[in-house]
Amino acid sequence: MMTMKAACVTFPGSNCDQDMHRAIRLMGWELVPLWHTNSLDEQVDIIFIPGGFSYGDYLRCGALARFSPAMASIRDHASRGGLVMGICNGFQILCEAGFLPGALVRNKGLHFHCTWSHLRAENTTSPFTGSVSRERVLRIPIAHGEGNYTIDGDGLKRLEDGNQITFRYCAEDGRITDEANPNGSVSNIAGIINDRGNILGMMPHPERAMEAILGGEDGRSIFESLAASAPVST
Amino acid sequence: MSSEPQITPEVIASHGLKPDEFELILEILGRQPSFTELGIFSVMWSEHCSYKNSKPLLKLLPTEGPHVLQGPGENAGVVALDERLAVCFKMESHNHPSAVEPFQGAATGVGGILRDIFTMGARPVANVDCLFFGEPGVPSVDRIIHGVIDGISHYGNCVGVPTVAGQVTFAPSFAGNPLVNAMSVGVMDRKDLTLAQAKTPGNLVIYFGNATGRDGVHGATFASEELTEETKEQRSAVQVGDPFMGKKILEATLELIRSGVVEAIQDMGAAGLTCSGCEIAGRGRLGMKLDLDKVPQRAENMSPYEMMLSESQERMLAIIEPRHLEVALAILNKWEVNPAVVGEVTDDGLFTVFHQGGIIAQVPALKISEESPVYHREARRPDSLPTSVYTPGPWIDGLDAYSSLTTLLSHPTIASKAWIYEQYDTQVQTNTVIGPGAGAAVLRVDGSEKLLAISTGVDPMKVACDPFNGAAMAVAEASLNLLCVGAIPLGLTDNLNFGNPEKPEQFWYFRRAVEGIAAMASALEVPVTGGNVSLYNESPTGPIWPTPTIGMVGAIESREHIIHPGFRTPGERVYLLGALPSSLAGSHLAFLQEKDRLPAPLDATTVDNLI
Repeated sequence: MMTMKAACVTFPGSNCDQDMHRAIRLMGWELVPLWHTNSLDEQVDIIFIPGGFSYGDYLRCGALARFSPAMASIRDHASRGGLVMGICNGFQILCEAGFLPGALVRNKGLHFHCTWSHLRAENTTSPFTGSVSRERVLRIPIAHGEGNYTIDGDGLKRLEDGNQITFRYCAEDGRITDEANPNGSVSNIAGIINDRGNILGMMPHPERAMEAILGGEDGRSIFESLAASAPVST
Repeated sequence: MSSEPQITPEVIASHGLKPDEFELILEILGRQPSFTELGIFSVMWSEHCSYKNSKPLLKLLPTEGPHVLQGPGENAGVVALDERLAVCFKMESHNHPSAVEPFQGAATGVGGILRDIFTMGARPVANVDCLFFGEPGVPSVDRIIHGVIDGISHYGNCVGVPTVAGQVTFAPSFAGNPLVNAMSVGVMDRKDLTLAQAKTPGNLVIYFGNATGRDGVHGATFASEELTEETKEQRSAVQVGDPFMGKKILEATLELIRSGVVEAIQDMGAAGLTCSGCEIAGRGRLGMKLDLDKVPQRAENMSPYEMMLSESQERMLAIIEPRHLEVALAILNKWEVNPAVVGEVTDDGLFTVFHQGGIIAQVPALKISEESPVYHREARRPDSLPTSVYTPGPWIDGLDAYSSLTTLLSHPTIASKAWIYEQYDTQVQTNTVIGPGAGAAVLRVDGSEKLLAISTGVDPMKVACDPFNGAAMAVAEASLNLLCVGAIPLGLTDNLNFGNPEKPEQFWYFRRAVEGIAAMASALEVPVTGGNVSLYNESPTGPIWPTPTIGMVGAIESREHIIHPGFRTPGERVYLLGALPSSLAGSHLAFLQEKDRLPAPLDATTVDNLI
């Protein structure tokens, strides 16, 4: 079997890049670190945009990272149908750069919030969720101050019609409730994909839920989905 | 030099220098100081930088042990974790800045202690915050509480270091003078241990990080005075933090150290260029030439005085051999931290500052950094403290167990702190095995079988009752917290927060508390590897309760030895180890009942048994 090859971008201010590297190694994949001033000179199966505070989140979260030279590689890769996954700050960057619709604004409680959240996979046919069952509730940490997903009514309808809502925050038993919504996101949205289905943005951190010793390994199901679905590079 | 202000008795006094200290300056220099030199002496001889009121007491503390690789006197202490890896840790206060500007005061407190850790060559893996506030519900206090928590969250989260432990106390004595004690813990390969000591004349002094501005001029002196209505206007003495630059200089410094080109490195914290330059040269028994015209500046027309005393944040000073300059600059430019060569190490023992082609200050580096005046202050036990054994008032007879328990559990000091620690990223770096909410945090350490445990301890109320036993109990508490997760203590850091040492009664609390720490640390064989002294914690409503905050690190042998807190299975038996104290002296219950009356002395038999 071929090994997955995964690139992970590091911007100045990225701080979950090492955690993503660890997750990639845990999966037994080949890691291609991508420094923000460089471009990717090889084919990879997926590019991860990790969490953190790229460029200090100055101006707006993700607003400066979109101009980074590495973004051109991500654009090329995505336009060829390659997989891209942005987590937390990576999700914010994907929205700012126009890869994904909508925006992430300040949490409704106006505070940074770090805790374990419960998620329900709403679309289990995407390359990111193919191995996740619809009934299963995933327990995955969140850690953000600006994770309140916002989109207008038409945009939300397009997401729903296109089956682009990938994850919703839910209660432990899987019910979608207001209490289970940690940040005020529209329709409890925790993650979405683009209309082509090859770009995922999500606020929760699956790379933090890879090992039982750290409290849970539900994040693996997302990585396993990727391994099962990606057209492995040669 | 002619453009500088005249040195008058008023100017001397406004620098916090006593007349006899000025006499000593005249003796050291053999002439009148320039205005910039006066500023340099004043910050270096502030309590914050010189420990002039605390040195004799700190000598009482045990500092040696089989695990100690670096004891007090450097940026942070270092203890061995295993054959290859070491743990670097320290706690430091940012009390006065947090009283005046809570958000930036606390944020820069986190930034400052992080720099102390990575300056030693260790990657920070955990932050810990011990906070002491007034009781919530009063607007001025609430502003401080929320500002401090937001500031810690802002800086720590952005830099990507998890906040995994700490404690929060709410009590009236901290209403006007909160305590913000930030601790950071790092892990390093022993061979990366780097000190702030220049070794070779001719080596270059490289500045990197933020440009120098006017912020924080005189912060160290400000931190060594009581808070008054006037000092609350001293906002220029509070610095502004930039966690993005903090993260960049963290990565740049570690990469620089690991590349093997660093002879010595020091961050610029309190007293900025002055302190880092004098210390790096003084500890190496050498001198330094510093050219202010080459220092990156972010304000126009700054005077040399302002530049030397600026406490702009996120600035570093590294000593590099000329042949390594190219490698060093490549690393620093990669991280976009604006390096500049600003001087060189000299063999004359003098710290010489150039400005616009002329010498603006020339002082002996060693004398100013290591040989400050030392004061043996008078200590006097307060008459108000009772000496007889504590007996509770009549309230004890009508006490209802259920309502007492609910009252205690609903007090903000005792109730869950999840509303605070969920505002901190507790998991980044993916090593947090046990996070906040337990007695101690447990972290996995990459490259080691062993795990790292971190705890804190102090109950200021008990210290106010009985500083010796209260402080001893703080050390015991931190140790027991470690034992409860399966860890053996390796070392401790003490953050000593007290009132004005020039007042004999306040100094008595300080002295007795240090004696208590020394006694318990010796008995438990936990060495003190560093710490911080914060005196003059007084507001118009009076001094704070004496608060010797203890931070401790320990090692767990392997994963199998981790003990998880909390009851696991219904039906399990609950045991009490050790005797119950025979009185309620110093208890929260007694304080809630009797309010202003602090019962003393403590019944410390439990502690005695531990020893």
